[in-house]
Amino acid sequence: MSEYGFFVDPSRCIGCESCVNACAECETHRGHSMIHLDFLDRRETIATVPMVCMHCDDPTCAQVCPADAIKKGDDGIVQSALKPRCIACSNCVLACPFGVPKVMVKQEQMMKCDMCYDRTSVGKRPMCATVCPSQALAYLPKDLIQIGRRETPVHGFRFGRQTVTTRVAVMAPVGRTEISLDVADYLWEQP
Amino acid sequence: MARPPLTLDRLAERYGPHLNTAPPGGWDDESQRPAQKLVKTHCCFCGQQCGIQLKVRDNQVIGFEPWEDFPFNRGMLCPKGVRRYLQGNHPDRLLQPLLRADDGFRGATWDESLDFTARRLREVQEKHGKDAVAVYGGASLTSEKSYLVGKFARVALGTRHVDYNGRLCMVSAGTAYKATFGVDRSPNPWSDIPKAQVVLVAGANVAECAPITTDYLWRMRDAGGKLILVDPRMTPISRNADLYLPVRPGTDVALFSGLLHVVLREGLHDKEFLAAHTTGFDAVAAAVEAWDPRRTAELTGVPPEAIEKAARWFAEADRAIAMHARGIEHHSKGVENCLGLINLCLATGNIGREGAGCMMITGQGNGQGGREHGQKCDQLPGQRSISDPAAREHVARVWNVPAAQIPQAGYSAVEIMEAIHRGEIKALLSICFNPLVSLPDSAHTREALDKLEFFGVVDFFLSETAHHADVVLAGSLQEEEEGVVCSAEGRVIHIRQAVTPPGDARNDWWIYVELARRLGQAERFPYREPREIFDELREASRGGPADYAGITYERIDQEQGLFWPCPSEDHPGTPRLFEGGRFFHDDGKAHMQVAEYRESGDPCDAEFPLFLTTGRVVSHYLSGTQTRRIGPLVAQYPEPRVELHPRLALQHGIASDDWVTVTTRRTVLTAQALVVRTIRPDTVFVPYHWPGDRSANQLTHRTLDPRSKIPEFKVSACRIGKAASAPAWAEQSLPAGASQKAARRR
Repeated sequence: MSEYGFFVDPSRCIGCESCVNACAECETHRGHSMIHLDFLDRRETIATVPMVCMHCDDPTCAQVCPADAIKKGDDGIVQSALKPRCIACSNCVLACPFGVPKVMVKQEQMMKCDMCYDRTSVGKRPMCATVCPSQALAYLPKDLIQIGRRETPVHGFRFGRQTVTTRVAVMAPVGRTEISLDVADYLWEQP
Repeated sequence: MARPPLTLDRLAERYGPHLNTAPPGGWDDESQRPAQKLVKTHCCFCGQQCGIQLKVRDNQVIGFEPWEDFPFNRGMLCPKGVRRYLQGNHPDRLLQPLLRADDGFRGATWDESLDFTARRLREVQEKHGKDAVAVYGGASLTSEKSYLVGKFARVALGTRHVDYNGRLCMVSAGTAYKATFGVDRSPNPWSDIPKAQVVLVAGANVAECAPITTDYLWRMRDAGGKLILVDPRMTPISRNADLYLPVRPGTDVALFSGLLHVVLREGLHDKEFLAAHTTGFDAVAAAVEAWDPRRTAELTGVPPEAIEKAARWFAEADRAIAMHARGIEHHSKGVENCLGLINLCLATGNIGREGAGCMMITGQGNGQGGREHGQKCDQLPGQRSISDPAAREHVARVWNVPAAQIPQAGYSAVEIMEAIHRGEIKALLSICFNPLVSLPDSAHTREALDKLEFFGVVDFFLSETAHHADVVLAGSLQEEEEGVVCSAEGRVIHIRQAVTPPGDARNDWWIYVELARRLGQAERFPYREPREIFDELREASRGGPADYAGITYERIDQEQGLFWPCPSEDHPGTPRLFEGGRFFHDDGKAHMQVAEYRESGDPCDAEFPLFLTTGRVVSHYLSGTQTRRIGPLVAQYPEPRVELHPRLALQHGIASDDWVTVTTRRTVLTAQALVVRTIRPDTVFVPYHWPGDRSANQLTHRTLDPRSKIPEFKVSACRIGKAASAPAWAEQSLPAGASQKAARRR
């Protein structure tokens, strides 16, 4: 069996917030959910989007951290800010292109999704991907997702001139290798 | 008189609903300690009955862990399942029996309250006759308790009036399936859904009311199948529907007739199957003759092209499934609506095969099991008819009473409330039922409750209905009792006791046994534990359609549940009914029934030109007695909102968050608007989980389906307007963060 991957498919999300609720039950950040769930525009659509940390290969949050408090492990997981170092400046909150980190005011620390290290390290799936009733969040062997679904997992995202590659994949329409939602990204511009 | 002894404010102050937001000991301290045991059981909220493990420490449920080995949900849960454990260790929990006192309720001993209850029931019966007492049960009870409620009413009290809150849920489907197939159960296990090539979902907000079913639908689509959705609202699964039919409320059976019309016109029906395995097809065919796509479109608002396409997809597939829930069943023609879908399945030969069938989506926790063993007014255990002499003889032998002593069928749930209102029924003993929130026309229900000479309630929280009680017997939560339930797919599963009831609260079964003893019936209620009730239930069900004779707690645990009928201990159970085209009627055939359209019981006119339809949201369960006490679930959906289309909103100058009035022929409700394109412009939607001034059921009407006796919750005529000011209830404080969180939905 191939390596496990984490897959987000917003088109399958039913907005039930099971992931949001389950995340708050975690042993390491009890009572606080690290997942964002957004109703895009409830007037126009029932569409909802769950957002977990994408675990970037070169994390923007770590790049902008003035205290060198955000570390990526050998397993590719970007951790919450280290407690003695973090100065709760919110640089990471502002810089993350996916809007993931949260500063917990009470303990003056940035916390974020660590893909349930406590669970994955003992062979369990992350909590949100376990409870999600609609396959919007999935933690599966990578070959299984390719066989089982029509959509393509995409690890590359363009935000203006920044291209981000991530450990977590978003399921995109067949044939897409990168996600960009800005017309400017498709223009030819002189370097 | 059974009026509430205190003002609602003072009752709420004392008994809630208050919000529990943290596990026992709080998030940061005590609850960090590990669980002492994990108990494999099932969620208490809804008929999907997802497997879940409860974390237990010091006789308290402190959290949950997914149960990934249970085949139905494989660890998946909805937010209600995730947060269900917060109903334990709750400040509102009733810890001892309550007796009515001058200044409210006072705590009492079990002897005093049970003696009082038995004495008052006996007094009313001596004065007004046995049938002056009615008994209410509920479909969130285990099957053991459901069985006990029915037997208690008929044997210990000798009243014919016993019915249950499933009357608001599964009876239209049950009546239609019983008439056509001879049995009342979803014929297919859920594992059939991904194997279908087409699934038509009608009147079922699967994403919010049966969230785990979404996974099965997505698997069906991943395998190349198509999803057809029939609903006046674009519910969350509509995003991935291949065809959406925006049916006008109350016209479902016309739509299904139109679909069958196209199937027959095109000669796509399964003539061999119909000839070999059904009766009544010719009359059904004649009845749909008039429903050509054009006429169907005019009534239903569904385009003729979409009707043609849906009919072809369904009939041309080798394997098609029709699934339905309360959206087509909560009607004064709820039975006809179900029959319309059943006829479509039978005519196309889609029944009794892998990936092919007609499936009801049972709503309540034990919505299936709760209606099988005798708390339904017209049935005896094993899904037997109470008017069948052979069934009466069999059950009388098990109960050790003369068959003639078993009362005949009594009133259904809404009819019981009507009889209380007109003074015919004088006393009521109720468990697992909150009719003041869940019955239609709540002003009428309130008047009826006020007239009761005696009202006894068994409950774990003081529900709004229990405000009217003379005595409240502190019962148990689902996780505090052993027993079985039957899930939506017909799988009998084991509810394991995780903890014992707190304080001086007791197991529900014990309360009924003690009452029976005080009514002089100790020898017929000798149970010392639920297992003994289950063993008697197995005997009582033996030979009936819902035959549990071969099911034991041990087999359930070993085999991950067992599907009935299971007539002997070496029988493997029956996951799929009607294989080989064999139905449960004596002639082995399906008896097709004509399903005619007729007008709603509360028709629209110039004064009330819009449809009001009611339903659920994902974070609440039924009348909200439990979920309105769980902080995170309340934060997700704190109060009812009126969904309406921008086109309708524009006509009335309404924007989202404006206070709007919804007026029906009963009364008026004021709530905030949620202006969305996901609802028909002639329809408004209000969820029904709240009490009092926030209750959608102030607005609904008491018209019943003549056969199933289900109320017509899904269609009331209404008008809307912009409210002059916010209602009084708006000033009640919302939980911290609730309005901000809910704002994201706007």
